[in-house]
Amino acid sequence: MEQFLGFALPGVPYGCTYALVAVCLVLTYQATGVFNFAFGAQAFASAFIFTYLTEFHGWSGFEAFLVTVVALGPIMGWAFDRLIFRHISNSDSTTKMVCSLALLVGIPSLLPVIFGAQNLDATVTILPFFNPNVVYFTIAGTPINGIYLSTISVTVVVLVLLTILLRYTSLGLQMRAAVESRRLVQLDGVNGNGVVAVAWIVSSFMASLAGVLFAPVFGAFTSEDYVTLTVTAIAAAAWALLRSLPIAAAVAVFIGVLTTVLQGYISPSSFFYAAIIPSLPFIFLVGALLLLPKLRELDANRDPLATIDPPPPPIAATTRAPSMDRIIRVGWWVIFAGFCVSMLTWIPDAWTTVFNNGLTLSIVLLSITLITGMAGQLSLCQATLAGVGAFTAAQLANHLGLNLLVGGILGALLAAATAVLLALLSLRLRGLGLALMTLAFALFMDATFFNAVSITGGPEGVSIQSKWLGTKEFFNFNGHAMFLLSLGVLIVAVIVVLLVRRGTVGRNLAAMRGSETATAGLGVNPSWQRIVVFALSGAVAGIGGLLHSLEQQVVSPTDWNADFSLVLVVLVVTTSVTTVEGAIQAGIGFFVTEQILTTVLPARIGASSLTVVLFAFGALTYAQHPEGVLEYQKRRSTQRFERLFFAREAEAEELKARAISASGANG
Amino acid sequence: MADATPLLKLHNVCKSFGGIQAVSSITFDVFAGESVGLVGPNGAGKTTLFNCVCGQLRPEQGDIVFDGVALTGLPTYKRARLGIGRTYQRVEVFMDMSVRDHLMVAERSRRGEGRLWRDLCNMSKTTKDEEERVDAVLELVGISQLADTSVNALGLGNCRLVELARALATEPKILLADEPSSGLDLRETSELAAVLRTVQRERGTAVLLVEHDLAMVAEVVDRAVVMDLGAMLAEGTFDEVMADPQVRDAYLGQMGISA
Repeated sequence: MEQFLGFALPGVPYGCTYALVAVCLVLTYQATGVFNFAFGAQAFASAFIFTYLTEFHGWSGFEAFLVTVVALGPIMGWAFDRLIFRHISNSDSTTKMVCSLALLVGIPSLLPVIFGAQNLDATVTILPFFNPNVVYFTIAGTPINGIYLSTISVTVVVLVLLTILLRYTSLGLQMRAAVESRRLVQLDGVNGNGVVAVAWIVSSFMASLAGVLFAPVFGAFTSEDYVTLTVTAIAAAAWALLRSLPIAAAVAVFIGVLTTVLQGYISPSSFFYAAIIPSLPFIFLVGALLLLPKLRELDANRDPLATIDPPPPPIAATTRAPSMDRIIRVGWWVIFAGFCVSMLTWIPDAWTTVFNNGLTLSIVLLSITLITGMAGQLSLCQATLAGVGAFTAAQLANHLGLNLLVGGILGALLAAATAVLLALLSLRLRGLGLALMTLAFALFMDATFFNAVSITGGPEGVSIQSKWLGTKEFFNFNGHAMFLLSLGVLIVAVIVVLLVRRGTVGRNLAAMRGSETATAGLGVNPSWQRIVVFALSGAVAGIGGLLHSLEQQVVSPTDWNADFSLVLVVLVVTTSVTTVEGAIQAGIGFFVTEQILTTVLPARIGASSLTVVLFAFGALTYAQHPEGVLEYQKRRSTQRFERLFFAREAEAEELKARAISASGANG
Repeated sequence: MADATPLLKLHNVCKSFGGIQAVSSITFDVFAGESVGLVGPNGAGKTTLFNCVCGQLRPEQGDIVFDGVALTGLPTYKRARLGIGRTYQRVEVFMDMSVRDHLMVAERSRRGEGRLWRDLCNMSKTTKDEEERVDAVLELVGISQLADTSVNALGLGNCRLVELARALATEPKILLADEPSSGLDLRETSELAAVLRTVQRERGTAVLLVEHDLAMVAEVVDRAVVMDLGAMLAEGTFDEVMADPQVRDAYLGQMGISA
């Protein structure tokens, strides 16, 4: 018993911080309908700044607490609500998830841009009367120091206060009422926006609190540690069906304790220690998604006042005048021909690499166009599928001497098979549930297969050798050859996506986006359609992953981890997730932006981080422009151009008629 | 009654939600080419019964047999392929799609098409035959002028007609129409009743109609089944069931209509 307690007690502080974030998730979801993936990022931001102020500027823990938790946390919550989530309160769950994912990706990338890359080692607690270096007493041989006491006591007090707020105050009642529709509670004379803002402020305060409590528990910490915090909290919130605060808190503490207990009992050299313990949060999350049927109904709620919302705007290509359309088509072909000629003649090698990277990444992004743009579902594991394709091809070449391009096809098939397996596991999941399942899968792969040196070669990855390509002279990582190869595969992928979208499967998927119930009622098998689109998406991601790694000359697990999956979603959402040109613009735009920033900015700022931040902020515009900010700008500029040059009455009438008939058409 | 063998046979169907018995021991038949009204006050369990027939809900007890096939365990899409068409109480249209595309989804499904390889070989272009079939259904329902309009731009009444056309495009053996006149004005309701009669008499499609507009029910149906609080109160011709004291008590009385 004493040994068990000795293993279990160290898990309690971890569990407490998981509990705080889990409760934040439940509270925000209950009050606003938003599943805020970004709480982990908010916690990291507060911990980062807290530690920065205490370690590098000599602030006391209490002063830093006031700034980072009491001030910054609520301000972040208020700002998120006021600037982003208030405007999408009536949107679907995908829109809300995309915005919170943009914050999840953007916030940790923004911090090094502002403060510079820092090695953070937290040693200060927020309660001055609990010294982290003093052991106050021992239980079962476990020394209980100030970190334990401050973490546990603060968590308990906060949870009790929150329960009182929600259960016994009129504000709590109003928060619960506002979840279905802020507009509906406003009809009852309640300030719906104010109520929801309070929920955001309270939950963000708690997320910040969790962040600064969590940091000293870990000591030296990185944003990766906060991914664990986030996923564990998500798993706990899922077991609580995003409803019950006490269950969420209890499950979170249980996971924290179970983790340290298993760490104590399982030998560190065993496979289970390396594979199971890091995967514990994902196992809990997947278990909840598979075993709790009510989680499948999370997105079923619709705002009763949704019918008063205007339809989404049509994409530019569906409404522009025929003469304008011809000019744009000719213009695109001219630009395309000019780009190809330039790539093969005068563009310097550095920029050839940039464009090749963009083209290969575009192929991976097209896989998101299939899943999200056509099927309307958010997959957060596309980088993982790309990695499956790339590693398969690399290892087949490495061990069996198979040509890398032939291996690429096998890799794409394996990625497709992996995607099918995932689709079968999540057949009954939609929206948030599916997003969580795919995220859990990506994180699980990071912790297991991608972490295995025999598969991925460890953090360094697998170097791609030119001999694996067979024709060394042509494919010797020559920029022009890579360009032709990448462009050829990209064109094939674009044609595939367009054919599917215009075909029966595409039409069925569009119908399922509108109403899966009615689509099934017509005799269409929705499960089969989803499996088909997952398989196709996996194959496209797999082949794109190989080509992108080929351009990098290395297949590294860090290139295809769960973080990068989130970045991919943010990239393509910023441009347009519904069009193929959106994927291409995102792929090329990402690397071109990074190259420009690398050229013009000092190295300390970190061009890669800033690029991610810029796209993350771009993705936030999804709230106002779900068609993508570039698509929105295209429509505006097209309309302006038409007003200037094609103002003939007949054409204007035709335009108007087509705008009405295509109103809301997204593809 | 066109045939002695029932097309749809419900026997002792029960469905509850928690402690609430939404459908309790419902037993009745619908014959091919027949039009049956399923009426009752709000909360009677009519839509729940529809959901049990279509596979959106699984009844706890009882048998549902359609065209000689036991429906127990079959998913919704397989029931639809057997010939069960449906419209919904709460409109279920495919946002962002044109009216013609709605019907094209149904038409392709009716033909059993939808294979990926056909799409990838560019063999999924709309054929003239498909266009003509879709146009014929649009004409029948009276919404030809809306063919290329996005449903986002349509009002509730037209959306209901789109739902009806979409269901008819699958050429069902039975049409389950759930409050199809809700949101329609008097003229549109009268036209809808005419469409349902045409579908029943000329195409031989059986119709099971849930409707609160009793005048429309009287105009369309051959027989009526009355439900209240999940149970079946009466069955017979429309006039017979309306004369039933239990029905008058539970249904007409609640609506404030003196018989």
